[in-house]
Amino acid sequence: MSASSCSSCCQPSSIGKKVVMALTGLILAGFVLGHMSGNLLMFKGAPAINEYAKWLHDHAGLLWAARVVLILSVIAHIWVGIQLTLENRAARAGGPADEATRRATVASRTMPYSGVVILAFVVFHLLHYTFRTVALDGAVYGDDVYKMVVAGFSCRSVSIFYIISMLLLCLHLSHGVSSVFQTLGLRNERWRSRLDFVALAYGWIIALGFISIPLAVLTGCLK
Amino acid sequence: MVESHAKETTLALKLRVWRQRRGQPGAFEEHALAAVPTSASFLEMMDMLNEQLIKAGKDTFAFDHDCREGICGMCSMTINGMPHGPIPGVTTCQLHMRNFRDGETITVEPWRARAFPVLKDLAVDRSGFDKVIQSGGFITVRTGSAPEANNIPVPKPIADEAMDAAECIGCGACVASCKNGSAMLFVGAKINHLNILPQGQAERDRRTLAMVKTMDEAGFGNCTNYGECQAHCPKSITLDVIAKLNRDYLRARVKEFFSSTGKPSKGGD
Repeated sequence: MSASSCSSCCQPSSIGKKVVMALTGLILAGFVLGHMSGNLLMFKGAPAINEYAKWLHDHAGLLWAARVVLILSVIAHIWVGIQLTLENRAARAGGPADEATRRATVASRTMPYSGVVILAFVVFHLLHYTFRTVALDGAVYGDDVYKMVVAGFSCRSVSIFYIISMLLLCLHLSHGVSSVFQTLGLRNERWRSRLDFVALAYGWIIALGFISIPLAVLTGCLK
Repeated sequence: MVESHAKETTLALKLRVWRQRRGQPGAFEEHALAAVPTSASFLEMMDMLNEQLIKAGKDTFAFDHDCREGICGMCSMTINGMPHGPIPGVTTCQLHMRNFRDGETITVEPWRARAFPVLKDLAVDRSGFDKVIQSGGFITVRTGSAPEANNIPVPKPIADEAMDAAECIGCGACVASCKNGSAMLFVGAKINHLNILPQGQAERDRRTLAMVKTMDEAGFGNCTNYGECQAHCPKSITLDVIAKLNRDYLRARVKEFFSSTGKPSKGGD
């Protein structure tokens, strides 16, 4: 590898950074679809979700391979996201005193903020259901994932935090998924509105799928 | 709006105009300007303001302008927060005062971006764009006698697409409107203009890599797909050129990465 391509790997170009955001974002967007689909087994009853959880833990190699890819993607997505945000703020130099917006969506303008809330949510969620160290009153659930989830979402404030976070995830995905196509050069004016619609629909499917579970627990549909 | 086009009236305006000397902090100055004809262009209105300042023995406002017919890309000005003002698809020189109301307060600022430092008042240094062009916005041809125009056939759809991109006048409204101060619409237009024509093929990859590198070094921001540039471009250039720039850049990087050194690797044979 030549010296120039080495330094360009260490200091990616603006487009290089966008590609990192797009590819890691694509992995994470794929993950939330898989996670959400698995969660919906809650509606099939306790044995279904518990067997699914057991199946995952029985395949430790597969589980850890997926976890390593996800952790690396999250780190890269956050690291490059922070870099881009700081660089872009500096490049704007404050902007006009009288700022006008013609087209930029709320989702596109709030990506760093929705991202930070989603990160805080992920940390809480891991402590809640993976490490089981918060908001479960110290009860031990063992392999009974169903019972743990129902107990966890019976707390109203926790459920509301989950629901708000998932709505922000919908917002984040609605800009992120459509941006993936633009960044990889797979978009034009003819396809723009359709791909924006696909991204919005994807965001809503993910968010509503996840939200359905705390909502079902709060309304007593899942006991 | 038909009536206001048909009938010429005059406007009394309150103007908040940016005053700044190079390297010093700036501030808005307020001026009242009466009897502005609705048929005047925005630049003619600024000329009226400067004449009023000269008569009062005050310093005029510096602003860029040249052709005053919407094709040179010199005029700039952020008007009420919008580069080139409130009417999409026109430059400041082609913006007419009939688009403003009597008694209105108009805020006039320079392009705001780190890569476009203020020279004086409303005039900014856009040499960052020149550096991008110098790094790859050209094709290498034999100079001397002009080549025969039809030597290299260009299919009509390709010629149309290249012309759409070549509409870019390099004014910098894309950078000024971008909330990241990104120049991707400009660079995308210039790269597309040359990269799709047969004449541009020889230097295609080198051009793309060099222009993106120069763009980054000139202090422009990164594109995050807001789409504000397209909405403010006086030539209505679309985000298509950015998607194609991204694609060409990725293609060039992959080709560069796997390029042949022309020699066998050590121990490889």
